[in-house]
Amino acid sequence: MTATEPVSQPAEVETSVTLNINGTAVEVPEGASVLDACTAAGIDTPTLCYAENLTPVNACRVCVVEQEGSRTLIPSCSRQASEGMNIQTDSERVRHSRKMVLEFLGSGVDLSQAPELEQWSEVYGADPGRYGESAAKIEEEVRIQDELYIRDYDKCVLCYKCVEACGDDAQHTFAIAVAGRGFDARIRTEFDTELPDSACVYCGNCVAVCPTNALQFKTEFDLRSADKWQPEEQSVTQTVCSYCGVGCNLELHVQDETIVKVTSPNDHSVTSGHLCIKGRFGWSYVHGQ
Amino acid sequence: MADLHFGDDKPSDIEREAVDSVVIDTLGPAVVHEHERLVRGGTERRNERRHLLLPVLHALQRAAGWISPGGLNYASEQLQVPPAEAYGVATFYEMFRSTDPGHSDDVVHVCVDAACQIADSQAVIDQLEAEGRHVHRSPCLGQCERPTALFIQGRGRPDRVEADSNLEQFTAVPQASASGGDGTMAKGEPLRLLKRVGVVDPSSIESYIAAGGYQSLAAAIARGPEGVVSEVSDSGLMGRGGAAFPTGFKWKAVAEAAGDIKHVVVNADESEPGTFKDRVLIENDPFSVIEAATIAGYATGATKGWIYIRGEYPLATERLRTAIEQARSAGYLGDDVASSGFSFDMEVRRGAGAYICGEETALFNSLEGFRGEPRQKPPFPTTNGLFDQPTAINNPETLVNVLDIVVDGGAAYKAIGTEGSAGTKLFCVSGHLAKPGVYELAFGATLGELIDMAGGPIGELRAIMLGGAAGSFVGADQLDMPLSFEGAREAGVSLGSGVVMAFNDTVDFGAVFTRLAEFFRNESCGQCVPCRIGTVRQHEVLLNSGGNPVNGQSELLADIDLAMKDASICGLGHTAATAVRSGIALGLIGAQS
Repeated sequence: MTATEPVSQPAEVETSVTLNINGTAVEVPEGASVLDACTAAGIDTPTLCYAENLTPVNACRVCVVEQEGSRTLIPSCSRQASEGMNIQTDSERVRHSRKMVLEFLGSGVDLSQAPELEQWSEVYGADPGRYGESAAKIEEEVRIQDELYIRDYDKCVLCYKCVEACGDDAQHTFAIAVAGRGFDARIRTEFDTELPDSACVYCGNCVAVCPTNALQFKTEFDLRSADKWQPEEQSVTQTVCSYCGVGCNLELHVQDETIVKVTSPNDHSVTSGHLCIKGRFGWSYVHGQ
Repeated sequence: MADLHFGDDKPSDIEREAVDSVVIDTLGPAVVHEHERLVRGGTERRNERRHLLLPVLHALQRAAGWISPGGLNYASEQLQVPPAEAYGVATFYEMFRSTDPGHSDDVVHVCVDAACQIADSQAVIDQLEAEGRHVHRSPCLGQCERPTALFIQGRGRPDRVEADSNLEQFTAVPQASASGGDGTMAKGEPLRLLKRVGVVDPSSIESYIAAGGYQSLAAAIARGPEGVVSEVSDSGLMGRGGAAFPTGFKWKAVAEAAGDIKHVVVNADESEPGTFKDRVLIENDPFSVIEAATIAGYATGATKGWIYIRGEYPLATERLRTAIEQARSAGYLGDDVASSGFSFDMEVRRGAGAYICGEETALFNSLEGFRGEPRQKPPFPTTNGLFDQPTAINNPETLVNVLDIVVDGGAAYKAIGTEGSAGTKLFCVSGHLAKPGVYELAFGATLGELIDMAGGPIGELRAIMLGGAAGSFVGADQLDMPLSFEGAREAGVSLGSGVVMAFNDTVDFGAVFTRLAEFFRNESCGQCVPCRIGTVRQHEVLLNSGGNPVNGQSELLADIDLAMKDASICGLGHTAATAVRSGIALGLIGAQS
């Protein structure tokens, strides 16, 4: 989403607000977030729990900015831009908190398959190593319970995206939720019931929104395990799902003339990036299987 | 059945009865229509049924000793809550188990936080375990005036606190300690908030009325809703739960907020380590809290009142329930409160062991049957509170102040205390002092005066914790500090919920601060990264240094502190490192040797 195209704004008479970001006036439509305004001003902001097709939960706090007059920093993803706000995106306080959030995550979670986070960690000088070897880490077995997707919670940053996508932001299945508390909080089905016995309908929308590969399509997981995952070699073909008349756009990710995963564009008017089990996983017939 | 998926596990008979006693007996079985689509467990269901999740989980825990798959399934079905979400809620709270305990005994919760820690609660744990009792190491149980605090979670029978059974001694404690026996505070002024404590029979509305009870409600009705809000605004009353927000401002905002249904929520989830004033107040004078909440409802236009009380306060809970029934029978609650035509009723809800639920928006989520995770603000509770409706949420002590304000007027109230802090304040005095208890003082008395009232220190006074675990430590050289919001601010500390805990020079401060850090690690809800991981890293620094962070470790703690202060969602993260850093600044820990 860009600042000029707010998701929930009807294209009628648009009122706008003007705020200051790093001393420069920025005009955005009413209802836009501070993050939208930063984007409109050409400022790149790290985000993790934010996604354009989900309700902001403002849990990761990596997108925080400094607002004049506010005691604490504010989450740019979920704070509505208002007239006359004075925002700093690169002050010492902002840089410190972003660095610490990235450092905390790096010290406790496996970010090896989240290249964007690793890049931001470098930008802000995060040093996860300074907490020492004894720093508590998320340690979980990889859960492989079917042929469609796997769950590797060592990589989970608890951004809530999968919960939102499974729940009332997309699928309304409510198969997973956050269980436990604090550092022991984990994404779980009830009593950690295996997926096939849970409410899961295998739409794969949770996988599509996962920012760290904690949720992976089984195809990708198998290729990675065999050291054969080569995203730079993959082509993406757009098509329309052939199963029903809804008209979901599909993006077929193809490696070595084999489909390795299926996504849908977040800005597609029908799907907003979300699919059902057929569009997401029902492609093996293409390969005559 | 609509689109929620339930597993095959069936409840046992006692689990079914436990759930039915809460749900079916009041609402009847869930009827789900074929066409019904359940959004977030059903938006309408949420207001109608989901808020019963916490009471249902309490019933299951008591009956079966844990929340079993069959019990959870049945509860989820009856409340129309997705089982994964119900499991997420059940695993959020200290008082619920999600694994079979393998026994059918009561569980003894033993406090391991500061006041009990320095009274050697570990020895009590060792002894209980040697006796074969099932012990749970608990965060502060709010009985700091009588360490070691114990709370017994009943199996198949009600929870209880054994110290409560000695009622004579119990009710005598606050009155005697607050007043030195003659009903007066320091400087000869009469008690205001505690005046009925130890005087009235807390289980009798007749006794309350005979002691002047419900005259304030009559005065409020005579003033009219706007008159009440205006007097409360003029009084300068500020919230006593820790944040010191102007009460009149809050009530005005709720009164002016759009919405047909508004709520008053009494935040009695008193969990700040060292705090026990609301327990003492409610146990001994429950009607005062109910009368004051009714006035809040009248002033703000709220028709529904809720008291969310911490689960470890069984006596206070029982007395509130009894008092509400009596108030209803006497016409002080219900469709026509005191024949004024105003409709207001109240309900008590028990927490289940989660410090974070004292945060107002976390409390709303908890009460609605969701995980007790704070919401983002804005929007604020005055417009988007409980069930997303306008809500006045106040601490019990704050509310009880209103009883005098509506009778005497705001100006008279404002004359008490100091320029910037109107009225009197309850202080929770514990630790190494001769007479721990709840003390009421007009703002402006000094810390030294309070400590003298409490009989003076036992041993050589080394430090005082002000405001609880979220507050900070000051040295014995700070006894001249005036106890007022501005006096505390000037000294760079906060009065918080009124905790004053004394430590003498025999205390192992390394152990005290390591436990403080562990407390925040355990109580972080886990929603935001700075607090979820920051509290762990802080605790690790203290663990790894044996409670004595030196060299670079102090700087590391400062880095963690700043990120938690600046970037956490709520007050828990904002204050999670304050006490530890104050301990280092005072040289209680981290002294270079």
